[in-house]
Amino acid sequence: MKKYLLPSIKLTVLLLVLLAGIYPLIIAGIAKMAPGKGGGVTVTHNGKVVGYENIGQKFTDDKYFWSRPSTVDYNAAGSGGSNKAPGNPDYLKTVAERIDTFLAHNPDVKKADIPAELVTASASGLDPHLSPAAAYIQIARVAKARNIAPEKLKQLVDANTQAPVLGMLGPSTVNVLKLNVALDELK
Amino acid sequence: MTTEILGVIATYGLTLLLAWPLARYIVKVFKGEKTWSDFMAPMERLFFKISGIDPKEEMTWKEHLKALLTINLVWFVYAFFMLMFQDKLPLNPDGNPGQSADLAFNTAISFLVNCNLQHYSGETGVTYLTQLFVLAFLQFVTAATGIAALIVVFKAFKEKSTTKLGNFWDIFLKTNTRILLPLCIVIALILAFNGAPASFEGKDTVVTMQGDTVNVSRGPAAGFIAIKHLGTNGGGWFGANSCHPLENPNYITWMTEMVAQVVIPIAMVFALGMFINRRKFAYVIFGVMTIGMIILLIPTMMAEINGNPAIAHMGIQQLTGAMEGKEVRFGPAATGYWSTVTTIISTGSICGFHDSTMPMTGLMELLGMMLNCFYGGCGVGILNYYIFIIIAVFISGLMVGRTPELMGHKLEAREVKIAAIITLLSPFLILAGTALSSWILAHHPDANWAVKPSAWLNNPGYHGFSEMLYEYTSSNANNGSGFEGLGDGNVFWNVSTGFVLILGRFLPIIGPVAIAGIMASKKYIPESAGTLRTDSITFGAMTFAVIIVLTALSYFPALALGPIAEYFSLYR
Repeated sequence: MKKYLLPSIKLTVLLLVLLAGIYPLIIAGIAKMAPGKGGGVTVTHNGKVVGYENIGQKFTDDKYFWSRPSTVDYNAAGSGGSNKAPGNPDYLKTVAERIDTFLAHNPDVKKADIPAELVTASASGLDPHLSPAAAYIQIARVAKARNIAPEKLKQLVDANTQAPVLGMLGPSTVNVLKLNVALDELK
Repeated sequence: MTTEILGVIATYGLTLLLAWPLARYIVKVFKGEKTWSDFMAPMERLFFKISGIDPKEEMTWKEHLKALLTINLVWFVYAFFMLMFQDKLPLNPDGNPGQSADLAFNTAISFLVNCNLQHYSGETGVTYLTQLFVLAFLQFVTAATGIAALIVVFKAFKEKSTTKLGNFWDIFLKTNTRILLPLCIVIALILAFNGAPASFEGKDTVVTMQGDTVNVSRGPAAGFIAIKHLGTNGGGWFGANSCHPLENPNYITWMTEMVAQVVIPIAMVFALGMFINRRKFAYVIFGVMTIGMIILLIPTMMAEINGNPAIAHMGIQQLTGAMEGKEVRFGPAATGYWSTVTTIISTGSICGFHDSTMPMTGLMELLGMMLNCFYGGCGVGILNYYIFIIIAVFISGLMVGRTPELMGHKLEAREVKIAAIITLLSPFLILAGTALSSWILAHHPDANWAVKPSAWLNNPGYHGFSEMLYEYTSSNANNGSGFEGLGDGNVFWNVSTGFVLILGRFLPIIGPVAIAGIMASKKYIPESAGTLRTDSITFGAMTFAVIIVLTALSYFPALALGPIAEYFSLYR
């Protein structure tokens, strides 16, 4: 053991410099050329930063498209999911309440048509996206609250839908923050 | 859903496509042939010179293990103290506190053993300094430790009769400089250019569209996320791991991280065949591992895509599958695939919370970690599989009435004893740990710990039991994922999983290296017509049977109390 102790310590120090010092600095340096300069990509509205593109926000107002339920209330100082098991009775009660709330705000929607993601909490608590179906289902409510033609909103959702990679890999998504910014800029 | 399944298939295909050239490159590096990365050689020589190491000095298997364990001990002591006193050290823009002794013990061990069980949350429990100089550092060197141990076994397979098996320091350093570091730079840049943060700026504060004031945690995460996957470590920069939209911003980063975590384990299987010049032997192993993965994967993906029956019962269609604890940009198919891969290869990173997955998925996740040898972690996956090969050779030998042989060396009582102990160790650690925690929960629910035992479980009934079973399974497999609802941030869990982690890491490294070393030193017996062929499909099936029988029988009672009972109560 003794024979290997000093070499171990010295090699550890050298590797610390290389792997924990130089490596992240190289990445941080090159990332200066990336969108957001390596500090996260922000979204601006009326010349003001209103959030990060990849960090979801809470939208509860009828005139905005809602985001998914979050267990950290969309405060990105932390992150996490509910960790509720599929059969947990308390959890199922919460889901039932979310369904009722959604139906109360969207009287035109049939229960069977509610996409599951609107009544279930995301993994990060910061999910910035909805599926196109979950955006479409809210169009009637937003249209009524803003007095805009539903067709126009459908176009807006489609314009803000990100297609799968190469058109065939993975799900289609709608970024809720960008959609709502576009919504406020409509007129 | 079609595009989601296509995405999974394309990602696996891409992994195989990249694993092949990587395997060729790995073999070149460890055979000492010329490669493009030879420009690193002067730096390596400098490192050896300063450290007083002669990289040409050949070591026996015992010397390899001594060197390996010594440097691991140095890392443990270093990590433990850094974590405890991180609040007094620089690079702490968010002002996070130091870790308590038991938490630092658990965190240091957990990263030391390539597990990355995290009983803290990345945003608040560590600083930029400890994230980089302790955690990311350990993510590099522990993966290199596993690979170095495996290369020793490769050398033992290759040689006819020898006690000299290369130099530990040489293999270890080259794994870092030639394999992990260059690949990490590529992966980290893909992540950074897709929106993962890489700068050293601290938390940002923004006022949202609706007027709420929120904080956004950031930091030099991209490089960390790269090695977290490439080294099959799995510990996240942020609390939500790769579910976090800054840690895994889109489907391209999902594919990148997915390929990164499984490419080395698969490449090592191919490299085995190339290195010892027995390609068919490696293909059979690859076949068994792949079939094993598919058997775990299909029920997982089906369960997740079909959604939660309890929510279906309320009249919700769930066209997008089970979405609790999942992210829209990945969806249930991709999350299901990730959950299978991350549990079989000991990464333990997540892109959807395992605690909220369907009971069938939970069962497959647990089985993946209990088997822990379908591809497996960096280096250690094949070491685990090797133990099963030893047992399969031994049993086959008994069945046909011949002295069992492997790679031209006799397999005798001593080696089989070691293999048997290593095989029995996992069920012992997992089941004893779960039994102990269940006993405390039942008999001392009000014990005075930071989290009282009565408050440990986040879910009632069978699933609550699974949360404890999962924690020990994950610790023993050095996986690091969790049924995260478990209240594990207290002295009982920190200490008890800490010991399971150490034993579950080092004995399964020591065992196979010892067996391979002992075997290699024996007299070489040329293969004849009477030799049991270990590169046949029959032998592959035999190994598979050994794996299934040994694990299924050991764990079935515990699994019946957890996910199986939950399944039958949910799908009435």
